[in-house]
Amino acid sequence: MFYKILLSIFLAAFITACSTTPKDTSGASGSGSSSSDPASGDADILADLENTELGGPNIEPGSQEDLIVNVGDRVFFDYDSAELNSDAKELLQDQVAWIKQHNASVTIEGHCDERGTREYNLALGEKRAQSVKNYMTSMGISSSQISTISFGKERPAVVGSNKGAWSQNRRSVTTVN
Amino acid sequence: MRKFLFFFITIILLNNKVLSLDLTITQGSIKPTPIAVSNFFSSTESTFRIGKNISMVISDNLERSGLFLPIDQKAFIQSPKSLSQGPRFEDWKVIKSQHLVSGKINKRGDKISVEFRLYDVFAQKELIGKKYETTEKNWRRVSHIISDAIFSRLTGDSGYFDTRIVYVAETGPKDNKQKRLAIMDQDQANHRFLTDGSYLVLTPRFSPNSQKITYMSYIKRNNPRVFIFDIETGRQEIVGDFPGMTFAPRFSPDGKKIVMSYADPKIGNSEIYILDLATRISKRITNSSAIDVSASFSPDGKQIVFNSDRSGRRHLYITSLDGKKIKRISREAGSYYTPVWSPRGDFIAFTKQEGGQFYIGVMEVDGSNERMIAKSFHVEGPTWSPNGRYLMYFKEERTAEDGSGGESSLYSIDLTGYNERKIITPLGGSDPAWSPLLH
Repeated sequence: MFYKILLSIFLAAFITACSTTPKDTSGASGSGSSSSDPASGDADILADLENTELGGPNIEPGSQEDLIVNVGDRVFFDYDSAELNSDAKELLQDQVAWIKQHNASVTIEGHCDERGTREYNLALGEKRAQSVKNYMTSMGISSSQISTISFGKERPAVVGSNKGAWSQNRRSVTTVN
Repeated sequence: MRKFLFFFITIILLNNKVLSLDLTITQGSIKPTPIAVSNFFSSTESTFRIGKNISMVISDNLERSGLFLPIDQKAFIQSPKSLSQGPRFEDWKVIKSQHLVSGKINKRGDKISVEFRLYDVFAQKELIGKKYETTEKNWRRVSHIISDAIFSRLTGDSGYFDTRIVYVAETGPKDNKQKRLAIMDQDQANHRFLTDGSYLVLTPRFSPNSQKITYMSYIKRNNPRVFIFDIETGRQEIVGDFPGMTFAPRFSPDGKKIVMSYADPKIGNSEIYILDLATRISKRITNSSAIDVSASFSPDGKQIVFNSDRSGRRHLYITSLDGKKIKRISREAGSYYTPVWSPRGDFIAFTKQEGGQFYIGVMEVDGSNERMIAKSFHVEGPTWSPNGRYLMYFKEERTAEDGSGGESSLYSIDLTGYNERKIITPLGGSDPAWSPLLH
């Protein structure tokens, strides 16, 4: 239990650290491309840390931590778009495999950046969550295993009125029920 | 007086015409009319203070309208006591007051009677004389009702002072804002919170009788839905039985229906529905693969204006209630959102986004004569005063990377873009909705 708490503190610290650091958007559009790589990169570092300091990670298979560390819990979208780009699809394929492996039930949260009205963004967030759900069901997950919720622009992952923050706020987040 | 009124109205119309340039902020300039509001006279000690307070509330209301300039009481020559016997017009002409408000208060048991008169100083004529009987604690309502009578007599528009504002009070960091429904009088008095902030609340709107609010709530954590909140009892009930998210609600003008968006999990997209509150039967209005949201009824209840990205861009559309006659009304570049039909029926106010800026704008119902009246990094969500002459909206500041900034505040503005004012609230404020007249 103690390990678990420590782990979640580490995780929280890493997520905050990586999300507040402006992304290196060399060449790519900035959204999508940054989704899976940093997460798995952090996971490696984290695993090392855990190994040396605590004597082995204690991630419960099928848990939210497992999803975050070993797969990645979010995908990113272009401005005013609910379409999945190739990076997003790649990550979702891994999520689908993970969900099948653990027979998990998940909720897909849809989020938007702050540039739009509250009501429009609620609709857009829902549309993003739905397109993730549709993709997952097309890959063989039962729709009864997936629910959706939109938070519009109410719960940004990164605070700041700049392109870096906006690109990380236009996202879907898969949470294990 | 008639001549003056005509002159006054002409100024406003002229401003509308001359300043209608696309994306230029139009700022009408109106020269406020000097008015003297004397303390209401009372012969008893106990009601003396009420007389002073009533006069202050009226004076503040008239000042905030931007159309009147209350004269400092220090300049007054005739005393309230003397004035209660009738005005000496010469004394008010000298201080260049166009109009004069006087009043008297009499106490009878636990009731008070409040009498007021409005005079045209230069025509030396009484324009209104009225008397209200009420309990002492209602002095504020009476002040607003008197203010409405004065405003209405002098401008030809109906009043808007005896009204309330419901809005979302905000605290905390931008990524975890605590939001509470809050209500206050139009002049920010009698502020109170309606929800405790333990769940997210968004976009409250008044029913036509002002006793109920429809809004969107995350009280059922994973099932955000439209609710109706009873202001008097504090009770709330969910609107309809929908398996997916319902949001962006507004009452119909008769209060019997709610128009809102529903994201049907089977369709995976937001469509506009009208729900009959008595029969609980819902009817789907739109049918497109696009986002359809932010619907608002016309004052006659026969049409709705809404926001859709069906053209690939976000525009405003008007439709009949059967959804058969849909017409796009917005014509210019940029993205349009949150259309709200004026209670007078003549204009549609909206949020617009263009070139990294947000605007509050108004257009005629056919989409012509679009004008921008407020501009900022982010402004959103206009709501009309019941006389269709003022708008309130919220402004959100830019957020810095260290998390500072990002505060939301309420603002009011004249339809012509004149007299923009920050509404002072105890916490941050967003999503304002103006009630109909309470009397």
